[in-house]
Amino acid sequence: MLTAFAILTDGLVYAAYLFIVAIGLTLIFGVMKILNVTHGSFYAFGAYGAATAVGIYANADWPAALGFLFMITLAMLVGLIMGIILERGLLRLVYGKDEVVIVLVTYATFLILEDVIVLIWGAQSYAAYQPMVAAGSIEIGDLVLSNYDILLVAIAVVLAALAYWALKYTRQGRLLTTVIFDRETAAAFGINVTLVYTATFVIGAMLGALGGAVMAPKISVTLGIGVEVIVLAFAVVAIGGMGSIEGALIGALIVGICRAAAVHLAPQIELFVIYGVMALVLVARPYGLFVRAQPRKI
Amino acid sequence: MITREKLAGGLAFLFAAAAAPLAPEWVVSLATIAFANALVVLGLVVLWRTGLVSFGQALYYCIGAYTVALIVRWSGFTDAFALVALGGVGAGIVAALVGFLLARYREIFFAMLSLALSMILYGVLVKTETLGSTDGFSVSTPSFLGYRPHGEALGLSLYWFTLAIDAVAAVLVGAYFRSVAGSLATPIRDNEIRVEFLGVSVTRIIHTKVVIAGVLGGLGGALAALTIGHVDPAMSYWTTSGGFVFVTILAGAGSVAAAFVGSLVFEMVRSFAVDIMPGLWQMVLGSVLLLTILFLPDGLGSLVARLRKREEAKP
Amino acid sequence: MSLYVRIPFALAALASAAAIAPAHAQQAPIKIGIVSFLTGPAASPFGIPGRNGAEIVLEAFNAGKAPAPFDKVGFGGTKLEAKYVDEAGSVQNVVTEFRNLVQRDQVDAVVGYISSGSCLAVAPVADELKALTVFYDCGTPRIFEEKARSYVFRVSPHATMDGVGAARYLVAKKKNLTSFSGINQNYAWGQDSWRDFAGAMKVLAPKATADKVLFPKLFAGEYGAEISTLLTSKSQAVHTSFWNGDLESFTYQQSARGLDKRMTIIMTTGEAGMWRMRDKLPDGTIIGGRGANGPLARDTDINKWFHQIYMDRYNTPPTYPAYQMAQSLLGLKLAYEKAKKGDAKPTTDEIAAAFKGIEFTGPAGHVKMALGNGHQGITETAYGTYKFNKQKNMPEIVDIMRFPAECVNPPAGIDADKWIADGMKGAKC
Repeated sequence: MLTAFAILTDGLVYAAYLFIVAIGLTLIFGVMKILNVTHGSFYAFGAYGAATAVGIYANADWPAALGFLFMITLAMLVGLIMGIILERGLLRLVYGKDEVVIVLVTYATFLILEDVIVLIWGAQSYAAYQPMVAAGSIEIGDLVLSNYDILLVAIAVVLAALAYWALKYTRQGRLLTTVIFDRETAAAFGINVTLVYTATFVIGAMLGALGGAVMAPKISVTLGIGVEVIVLAFAVVAIGGMGSIEGALIGALIVGICRAAAVHLAPQIELFVIYGVMALVLVARPYGLFVRAQPRKI
Repeated sequence: MITREKLAGGLAFLFAAAAAPLAPEWVVSLATIAFANALVVLGLVVLWRTGLVSFGQALYYCIGAYTVALIVRWSGFTDAFALVALGGVGAGIVAALVGFLLARYREIFFAMLSLALSMILYGVLVKTETLGSTDGFSVSTPSFLGYRPHGEALGLSLYWFTLAIDAVAAVLVGAYFRSVAGSLATPIRDNEIRVEFLGVSVTRIIHTKVVIAGVLGGLGGALAALTIGHVDPAMSYWTTSGGFVFVTILAGAGSVAAAFVGSLVFEMVRSFAVDIMPGLWQMVLGSVLLLTILFLPDGLGSLVARLRKREEAKP
Repeated sequence: MSLYVRIPFALAALASAAAIAPAHAQQAPIKIGIVSFLTGPAASPFGIPGRNGAEIVLEAFNAGKAPAPFDKVGFGGTKLEAKYVDEAGSVQNVVTEFRNLVQRDQVDAVVGYISSGSCLAVAPVADELKALTVFYDCGTPRIFEEKARSYVFRVSPHATMDGVGAARYLVAKKKNLTSFSGINQNYAWGQDSWRDFAGAMKVLAPKATADKVLFPKLFAGEYGAEISTLLTSKSQAVHTSFWNGDLESFTYQQSARGLDKRMTIIMTTGEAGMWRMRDKLPDGTIIGGRGANGPLARDTDINKWFHQIYMDRYNTPPTYPAYQMAQSLLGLKLAYEKAKKGDAKPTTDEIAAAFKGIEFTGPAGHVKMALGNGHQGITETAYGTYKFNKQKNMPEIVDIMRFPAECVNPPAGIDADKWIADGMKGAKC
């Protein structure tokens, strides 16, 4: 019973982490058909930005909630700036090239940004645990849960709801859905696709940075954190269906619960869980769980 | 035209072979690795001509390498010719099996599924503590039909051996490109359904390409294992695959030779970047890739094509 | 194609010419290649401290300011010149860069390597090229167990004593231990560390059983499920060989959920992270530092000297990678000076012969090149209990227990794994 409860809570927390990390990636893929490796950099920059912010507010002795908001804001600001620079300065130049070539463009950018981190923040690692410590913990039976983890789950739920609402019930969201569905027809109907692209990429970048920011208090912010996240986010998105927000949510839940179950019941297979699930899902449903097979264009 | 291309390739091959004894040892070993990796890149070029990119080519690379390493470890058999052939066959068998699955996929899904497969192999190898897990294990020095060189002679032998296999692979792949199945690559990339209307099974063609690329990957891995003298699971990690795709873009899919030139240039650039900017070499590599994509969209291979065009334009 | 082949060759020739050029100064300096992680996750905890250690020690050598018997200028009067190389990248890259150092840059010795994978791959190449190589941080005992090496040395002890020392300390401090768990990274280092520790526990406390044995992915960053699993366990202690990035993440996450209130955490590499984690590292944690390094080192003059010059330059205390680097360079210096006869530069073979079985005392204590036919050093090790001193606002290690080298290392000629499995026979404690 305890184990089952632990699997559920751990699975949810991990799923929340995966969803927060993957939502920006799937959004950009859905709209722009770009598998964005730079997402790892957004995550890393978000985390570094958050660590810097935490350093500032810990010194200034602000209340924790204010500090947390400051941290999120600063990280998303970093995402905003990076998103605009990259989309306007670089990606704009390569639209229309092969999808895979664009992946490589983002890969190259990722390599460059990894070293930019060293130039800005140096090679040392940063800690930003204050928000997590301030959040405290609660005891449920034998288990102690961190309130910060619960906050993460809440953030994931809010993000999912917000994305759902924005896409379904706002004008901009519906326009976006049109572009996702058929870029050329949407353009023919007078939708400013260029603007939609810029907006999407910037939002995706901010979401990536947000992922790094909310994880920063839990981890040691150090070189190479972006690399780990890329493949994880790819796997979640591929399972759910590339470009589908609800897919990313379900993908995150599946992987989260499977991984938690593996850690508790069969630690030996933990390493394979994510890729195993991904391969199985892709074998059964080649385009992921939530994407219908596209009709082939003649 | 074809004969001229072959002539140029042959001359380049002879030059590369003849220059080795004059070059410093470290250049020879660097070129050996570059030319071993070039085989994997050549495999990616085969796929890329159909518009497919594998982010999991390291799977075959790793299988080739581990096949060689395990045979040497368990049987003490060291003949390079047989070992490399077995590495290629081993990877080819795996490619033929996963090909049934992969041939159904296109675009990014092809890339992601190949990535997942290579990462599963990575996980299995990390779990195998008897094979040293992530530390890997060493491969004893090879022999060549009974000849057992050491020191500088070993380096040269490996280099020439790699070059010879490269030459055979280049000729065969070149012939494949000119065959019917090979020349259908671009049509498949542009419009699959129309190709099927010609009465050709696209799935089968892609399956063949997966196997060709797999064998080439295995050969490359086998040669790399012998050259480095060590294998480890990171050979199957996705960043390794990423590196190969990187070189493919750098080289371009235009010609067979481009794979070899691209691979050599990449190794050179990487090594010099590490030498000159030890903390920032990734930035150098990333910049080179970006600049290539922006200003040489068809890769280094297109430079040759451009020169040739200019020559042709002359009366 | 030939054009493109020729350009790199020409570049290569140029580069080697440039590398040789400064060698014509009045007395050619001794060139040393220092290889360490300068980028990637291992840079901050290990690579940079190791590199920094090399920098100040080499500077002190060149100024002739190291304490006796290391007070000769450079190596035996000849100045030193270092070239720093990044260890990051694949094993292929590591081997290529090693060859470049030896054949292109013509270094006289290479000191470096943190990853055991790098060391295992470089060792045969070093012997083939007859290049004097000193590994400084990598831990696997396989290097000298799998094969006898001629030109490869490792002054720093191998990782076996970390696991054995941790077990000895735990058994000494917790008399009624019935159950213990482990959380280690799922790669060679983590697997080996756990095997050594669990094996040693089996010998020292046969009644205690291993409960949860967890191997999260390397650099996983998120350990929620692992911490829950440990919280549901009745173990009194949990062993971890996590190192910095992961160690810090695990520490923050577990302290938010109070794991350390339920069981004692044993961190075999905790010393490298304690100056950063400060009061976030729970009091009572058992701390190791891959030997008697840092605050676990004895308060000798040479230790004070090293600690001081490191503090002066980098404003933070040296951690174990810096100590290991210093020990390695001191060993190399002694071997070089022992081999040097008159004014001539000793050959690599002479230095290697002199290096074998050498003994000396450095900042991390007395080293004896006792294993691997005189190529592998052993030292004493120490474990202690962490305490954050609030008055001084400084981390401390209290309750230090020292274990002599022969107590935690296998005797010469016996493989470490086998020694532990057979009950650690011949241990002199």
